Order: sequence, then structure tokens, then C-alpha cells
Amino acid sequence: METVLILGATSDIGIAIAKKFAAEKYNIQLAARKPAQLEPLQSDIKIRFAVECDLLAFDALQYHTHSLFFENLKPKPDITISIFGVMDEEDQAFDDWDITQRMINTNYTGAVSILNIAAKYYIKRKSGTIIGISSVAGDRGRASKLIYGSSKAAFNAYLSGLRNKCFDANVHVMTVKPGFVYTRMTENMPLPKLLTSTPVQVADLVYNGFAKKKNTIYIKWFWRYIMLIIKNIPEFQFKKMKL
Amino acid sequence: MKRNIANWGNYPVIESDDESFVFEDQLDALIQKEQSFIARGNGRCYGDASLAERTISTLKFDKILSFDTANGIFECQSGLTLDQILTVIVPAGWFLPVTPGTKFITIGGGLASDVHGKNHHVDGSISNHVIEMDVVLASDQVITCSADLHPDLFEATLGGMGLTGVISRVKLRLKKIATSLIRQKQIKAENLQELIGLFEEYKDYTYSVAWIDCLKKGKHFGRSILMLGEHAAVADLPEHQKANPLKLPKNKQLNFPFSMPSWVLNKFTVKAFNFLYYSKNFKKEINNLVSYEPFFYPLDAVLHWNRLYGKSGFVQYQFVLPLDAREGLIEILHRIADEGLGSFLAVLKVFGKQESMISFPKEGYTLALDFPVRTGLLEFLDELDAIVLKYKGRLYMSKDARMKPEMLVAGYPELEKFKRIVKKYNPDGKIRSVQSDRLLITAEN
Repeated sequence: METVLILGATSDIGIAIAKKFAAEKYNIQLAARKPAQLEPLQSDIKIRFAVECDLLAFDALQYHTHSLFFENLKPKPDITISIFGVMDEEDQAFDDWDITQRMINTNYTGAVSILNIAAKYYIKRKSGTIIGISSVAGDRGRASKLIYGSSKAAFNAYLSGLRNKCFDANVHVMTVKPGFVYTRMTENMPLPKLLTSTPVQVADLVYNGFAKKKNTIYIKWFWRYIMLIIKNIPEFQFKKMKL
Repeated sequence: MKRNIANWGNYPVIESDDESFVFEDQLDALIQKEQSFIARGNGRCYGDASLAERTISTLKFDKILSFDTANGIFECQSGLTLDQILTVIVPAGWFLPVTPGTKFITIGGGLASDVHGKNHHVDGSISNHVIEMDVVLASDQVITCSADLHPDLFEATLGGMGLTGVISRVKLRLKKIATSLIRQKQIKAENLQELIGLFEEYKDYTYSVAWIDCLKKGKHFGRSILMLGEHAAVADLPEHQKANPLKLPKNKQLNFPFSMPSWVLNKFTVKAFNFLYYSKNFKKEINNLVSYEPFFYPLDAVLHWNRLYGKSGFVQYQFVLPLDAREGLIEILHRIADEGLGSFLAVLKVFGKQESMISFPKEGYTLALDFPVRTGLLEFLDELDAIVLKYKGRLYMSKDARMKPEMLVAGYPELEKFKRIVKKYNPDGKIRSVQSDRLLITAEN
């Protein structure tokens, strides 16, 4: 049985992805800053799906711990999924460098730090899968997602570069770009029903994309075309828009 | 974010702030906010019991904590639905000790309503099968309670409509089954008298319930179908099913896509429906083997069936009358037939004995009816209330959206004791619902 490492397992999407892979009979490693919080999820996964489920402490911002963290994984995961990320209030972030820095360091630097380590291992082994949960917000920078969007843009560029680097070693890298998702993080925002997916839908599509070895998936699929339009608005026009 | 929410009857609709939690510390943070609230599960009570200006949704607090498959002890967080529980326990040879007519309720909501099922006369309500539970108080203190541990909190929480605190963890004793199938017997009764005789004759059956055509008058007054069932043994199964007796039923679901215009439902269409429903059973008696799904949850096969009653919604009216008040039952059924306000579903069941503080079931006849909301309905239900009171009956709070506080006082002799316990654990009334204010449990008049 193969093993999936889930980095950032306390988010709604992380929980849904863990359950989906467990339902498909993968052993699960749940990594989070406060792993004790995940004990109920651990028992739930073991009882429902009769697979192994381990809890691990992982802090995206403690880069120096990442090597040891990966080294200590037993067994080594066949699939590494990076889900962690923060989306702070942009106006606050603009005023407060600490918030900006934390957002960049979590969403980009932390992800690069741990995924570099996983990629090196997979390249050496000549097999493995890396999945990065990014966002459509990285497709084009705009005022309302200034820092978050740019951190995700950097993450997108990293994932596509990593896909290129890993290709010869038979290591698959998939970029996942969800649009709006109903989560605790968004429950106080009015979201357009048609454009918004549930964490369970995200998890199903991530699994299908993985099974079909897709490179980049948008969730839902039409976000690809929405973003295509947004990317093609000329900059002289775009800069005047309120998006 | 404010949005409009309603429970299953789509009546009333309330503008509410609805927030959820995944971890206990998130629940604490929500409780600590200043504004009063009520916990809400899957919104399958019918009226206003889990409505308030602020609701805390338990739906993301839905993890299974332990399952002792040898002894049938199941422990989970309160937002887990019965549907989810069944998919885990049935293949392991266990079943819910008590289940209401829908599996789309959360277990926490089930305890707050102290739900009953077709086996009440044998197994009692769900509260009989609760080993212990955790209740998070308005002070955000967590109390584990059981029949021995904080028994006052335990008793007032079972059937207490969420007013003592937020039920967060539940430990249940399950029922052993050998197969996932039900040996079903359906018997047609020409009238109410025959039906009551049949209930008596078949009282040893674990599961029993009857559907009544409320619109029939004269010698067919109360014509009905009695549905009985037992969990099937492996020996009852046809050969090809014996290899996998605990198989889960396939998920076939229809969706009622839109709200029906309210004029569609009238005396004639309901009569036609009732005629077809009664006549579909061609023979006097049918004996067959069915999956647990159609037996326990016939309406769950149609998602959003509540849209049948149109945008203005419906009220479910469920009362219980003592066994010696059979004339009361007849009087109420006559009133309904005269008014021509009959519903598709009128469900009759005989409750066994139950002693509890605030739970609905007590020994007697319980009848549940749906009435589409229209002018004159509330006045008509007040008239029915008067009959229920005359015969010393009471109403089910989980279904209720409109009863007057006096009705609750008259029906529940231990109400004052219940209020005192609510006051002890929820002293400032921070936990309150539209219903608890309407019924003057949390609000003073």
C-alpha cells in the first residue's frame, strides 16, 4: 500500500484530501503545526477506511527542521501533497511587514523548502508524486490579493519549474489551482454559488488529476477559462480595474 | 455573514450568522463571542428549534473517535450524520439502536431531540442507548455526563433542544445485526379500529408504524397500512445474498428540483395520492425482504422532498395521547378530515413506556402530520392543541414552530425542573433559540 504525506492537514481542504486518499486505500501521514489537534481525524480515518494514519509535527516556517522531518518519515511517502498556506487580510498585510513576510514565507518559502527535500528524494528514487495546492489568485496580480496572489504566483512558477526538473526522473508534479472554496476561512464571505466548490469536490478532483497524471488542474474546470480571460486583459486596462 | 436559514419545514425563515468549527478550540472561540447562539446540526428538525440570530454549525465536527466492533460501542463527535454512521457500522454487523425516519440528522441533533423510531415500544428512545456525552457549556467548560455523572445535565440535555450547552461528543451502545436486510410485513387496515387491533396483535414486532389516510370518512375512516419489520437473519436471505449479508444498500437518489407551486396541493391531489398509496398494496398482506434504507428512510430517497410543499413551507404537527385517549385520536382525525387539510403523510405509532424529564415520547398513540403553511392553518392547529390538551397529550418540540407556551407547560409536567437545570448550566441564557424564546424557556414573559 502506498503512503501519502499531507502537509497542512488541519485545513478543510487538507482534511478532505486525507479522507479521499484514505478511501482509495492509501496510508496517510498527517502533518501540522499542532498534530494533537488531528487525533480525532486520525481515529476517523483508521476506523472508516482501515488504513494506517500517523500524526507528525511540521511547521512550514521552521525551514531548518524540514530535512530532519523528512528524514524521519517512516515509511517515506510515495506522494507528497503541500496544502498549507495563509490568506491574511490584505490591507493589514500592506501595513504590517510581519504579516506580509509571514504570508510569503508560509505560502512560498516554506513550500519550496520542504518540496525541494521531497523532490531530491524522489529524483534519486526515480519515482514519486508531488502535488502543490496553489490558487487561481497566482495567475495574475491584483490589488485585492496583493501579497497572497504574488506568493501563489511564485509557488506556481516553482511548481512548473519543478515539473520540468523532475520529468526525466519519472517524478510527477501537479499544480492545483482552486477558485473559490467553501471553507471556514471563507464562510464570512459572500461567494457566488456557481463558481464555488466544496472541499470534498476539491479532494475528488485532486485525486482524479493525480490518477490521470495531470500537470495543472483548475477547480472547478471553468476557472481555467475565467483566468485565461483575466490574463489577457491588457495591462493598461487591467491597472484601472477593481478586481 | 448573515444569511437566511430555515429548518426542514422551510417555516419560519430566519436571518442568521452561521459559523462552523473543526477543532475544539475553535468552538471555544465561537462560544466566547458575546452574542447569544444555538447549536445547529443538519437542520432537519422541522420548526424553529435550531434557529437563532447566531447559530454554531456542528457539521464540520464529524469525526469518529472509537468503534469497539466486538461490543458495539461507538463514539463520535456530534456533527456526524446517522447516514455516515450507518456506512461504518452496518458492514461491521451493527445498527443504530434507534433511528428516526431520516438518516440525514446529526447524532448531536438526535440527542437534543431525544429521537424515537419504529421500535420505541421495544427499545425506547435514543436516550436509552447513550453511554455518555460531552456538553460544552456557555462558559465554554466541557462536562462529561452520563446517568451517573452530572445526571441532571445528562437528563436535561436529552430532549433539551440544545439549551443546556453544545453536545460535542457522544458514546452510544449499538444494536447487533446479522444482515443489512429487514423482513417486512405490510398489512392493510380498512379503518382505524382494525388498525388499533393490529397494533395490539403485532406488538411483539420490533418495528411497527402505520400510514393513515386522513381524508377518508365513513366506514373507511382511518384506513391505513401497518408496516412491521424485523432485522433478517442470514437464514432468511436468498442463497446469492448469504455470502455478503451485511452489504450496504446502493445509493440511488432522486432530487426534488424545485419548490412546487402551492396550489398543486389540495384536497383532490392529496386524495388521489392517498388512493394510489393505499391501492399500491394490492393484497391484504405483503411479506418481503427489503434493505434497511426503504424500510427506515423511504423519504430520504428523494432529496429536498420538503420542496413539495412550496416556498411557504409546511408545519409538521406531532402529538402523543395516552393509550386510554383513543377517542381523542378519533376526534382529531375527524377534525382533519372535516377541514380537508390532510397531508400526504400521516404516521401513527404506539409508544411504549418512557419516563424522562423533557423528552417527547410517553406511552400512548403518536400521530405526525404535515400541513402546508396557508392562511387559517395556525388557528386550526390551535384548535387541535385544545383537543390534545383535553386528552392530556403533548406536542413534539422538534417538529414545532408555532405552539403557545401554555401548551408546553400543560404537556410537560417536569418543565419547571428542566428550566431550573437550564438556568444552572446556561445561567445568562446565552444559549437560546427562536423556539426557546417563543416558548418562554429562556425568555421571561
